[in-house]
Amino acid sequence: MRHIISVLLENEAGALSRVAGLFSARGYNIESLTVAPTEDASLSRMTVVTEGSEQIIEQIIKQLNKLVDVVKLLDLTEGAHIEREMMLIKVRADGAEGREEIKRLIDIFRGRIIDVTDTTYTLELTGTGSKLDAFIEALGTTTILETVRSGVSGIARGEKSLHV
Amino acid sequence: MELNGAEILIRFLKDEGVEHVFGYPGGAVLYIYDELFKQENVKHILVRHEQGATHAADGYARSTGKPGVVLVTSGPGATNAVTGIATAYMDSIPMVVITGQVPTGAIGSDAFQEVDAVGITRPCVKHNFLVKDVNDLAETLKKAFYVATTGRPGPVVVDIPKDVTIATTDYVFPETVDMRSYNPVVKGHPKQIQKAVDLLLSAKRPMIYSGGGVVLGDGSKELIDFTRALGAPITNTLMGLGAYPATDEQFVGMLGMHGTYEANMAMHDCDVLISVGARFDDRVVGNIEQFCPDATIIHIDIDPASISKSVVVDVPIVGDVATVLSDMVTLVNKGKKDQDSKALKVWWSQISEWRNMDCLKYDRNSALIKPQFAIETLYNVTNGDAYVASDVGQHQMWAAQFYKFDEPRRWINSGGLGTMGFGLPAAIGVQLAHPDAQVACVTGDASIQMCIQELGTALQYNTPVKIISLNNRYMGMVRQWQEFFYESRYSQSYMETIPDFVKLTESYGHVGMRIEKPGDLEGAMKEAFAMKDRLVFMDIVTDQTENVYPMIQAGKGHHEMHLSPERELA
Repeated sequence: MRHIISVLLENEAGALSRVAGLFSARGYNIESLTVAPTEDASLSRMTVVTEGSEQIIEQIIKQLNKLVDVVKLLDLTEGAHIEREMMLIKVRADGAEGREEIKRLIDIFRGRIIDVTDTTYTLELTGTGSKLDAFIEALGTTTILETVRSGVSGIARGEKSLHV
Repeated sequence: MELNGAEILIRFLKDEGVEHVFGYPGGAVLYIYDELFKQENVKHILVRHEQGATHAADGYARSTGKPGVVLVTSGPGATNAVTGIATAYMDSIPMVVITGQVPTGAIGSDAFQEVDAVGITRPCVKHNFLVKDVNDLAETLKKAFYVATTGRPGPVVVDIPKDVTIATTDYVFPETVDMRSYNPVVKGHPKQIQKAVDLLLSAKRPMIYSGGGVVLGDGSKELIDFTRALGAPITNTLMGLGAYPATDEQFVGMLGMHGTYEANMAMHDCDVLISVGARFDDRVVGNIEQFCPDATIIHIDIDPASISKSVVVDVPIVGDVATVLSDMVTLVNKGKKDQDSKALKVWWSQISEWRNMDCLKYDRNSALIKPQFAIETLYNVTNGDAYVASDVGQHQMWAAQFYKFDEPRRWINSGGLGTMGFGLPAAIGVQLAHPDAQVACVTGDASIQMCIQELGTALQYNTPVKIISLNNRYMGMVRQWQEFFYESRYSQSYMETIPDFVKLTESYGHVGMRIEKPGDLEGAMKEAFAMKDRLVFMDIVTDQTENVYPMIQAGKGHHEMHLSPERELA
């Protein structure tokens, strides 16, 4: 099953490679991994999306907790949560009809056009991974020049929060 | 007081109570070595190869419980230390390894003798640090010792760039350490403990399986109290030998691949199993599907990640083994009247039956020296009271089977990583920690050649280790597997040339002996151990064809042991 694990870790050089090294050394899957500092500059927040049996997920959580740089973690998939991913996508947009079609499509998906040239659009879209996938699918015959996806960030719903 | 980084390091080691540092100098650590030169509190042991430094510090740590301390230079100094660091990591040995590093400004420039020591060691340390600012040095060192010695112990690397060793700052010894992200659990959950005790008391065929965690956690006394209170049979893993006295009636021997018949059969047939500070290693478990098929499993471990890692357990208890076991003893004594003593009696008579198989039997009338006989002789000559450091291979298994360890921290071997070359430097470390004790290094003609340069160290520091080298002219364990599983194609397991170990030893300034007849063994060994201030290398020519039995083939169940041909003929 797919799990989203949120990790608070010491914002220190090498902390990211400890997590990445753990996953590769023990053969765990990483679907995506994002990391950035939090409002507390001494802490980074990481979101790891991984997949495995219950036993493997339990091991991943224990092994992550065992890393000396990991302060706290939470398996978001255990409860109600929100996940978001941001995508920047540059597409070929020449010819009035094609340009209009892309504009309509990005409106439907509640995204934005953030850069325009005579021949291209750069689009910004936020949502779950499957929404982003659906958008790419919907682009159909439009030529995609470049895709950048941020990887998943997640947060628990309601009062529950991961903090020190 | 303003001190430079090198002074801070040496002052810190003294203040932390470190007496011995095992190391080898080089460019990046010259300021540190200069400070070592100026003082007498911290004694430096100069090895002949950095791998030897790590194993010696490791042996020192295993035999004392104190952290072993290593000091090596950057680049090859650090990479040579990696095997020893990984060895300590696999067996959870507390160690602090200080590696020199090129100056901070040169890091990343492929400077002379530069490696990314933190990166290279990351997968085989409990934690590691790169100290970029002298102001962080003392605090980082304190953290390193704290992390290495608490919770599930392990090696910690502190990488110190050369410019940090010459930069200055105020030094105050940090008495305490505060790490928000590191808080090992000590006390076990009372409800889980009660649940475990209820299960054990209601068991008809209870079994105790204890490992290296009991040695590391100084829980031997509590384990003995617990085992006696429960009245159950107990087996030790290779790493746990000595934690429970091997001569005690309730001890059924080591378990696993080369464990005794009675230990493995008891594992297979038990109905409640309690694992204490053991990690269900593949050499112990064999086939996971067939592991303890009828048992409800309880597991005490200080490391939550060890629990249900390979074998899923029913009652996990996270905590320090000594603390949890002493809580259990109270509860077992309270509930003992409800124990099914009749069933327990039946269980013990079954175990006696298994014991009567005499699974360790070997040919005592052989004209050749049987390796088992050599270990038995060692046991008798040393009155079972020696520290035995072992290398890796057949001799290691025979030592584990035939030397009956009655006390913890006496059996020093590389169990997890299986590092050939470990034995001699480890024995030197043990002897330095226990100058008056009998210290034996059980080894073989292949293993001993992997760190034989440490004979030089042994002379320099007068560590009168007795080397018991079982010389079968083969890499015995490789040969055994090739005989069993590769139709006796002995591919590269025989060295065409091996040195004359007697002459080699003598050239290092020690005493060498060659023993070829069983009848000469005891006398020679007595003579060797009587030389209290000399290292003696006993080159014992053994039967080349002897194999280690019993044996469970990798991936087989505990009840599928091969017994020795002697046993099967009997």
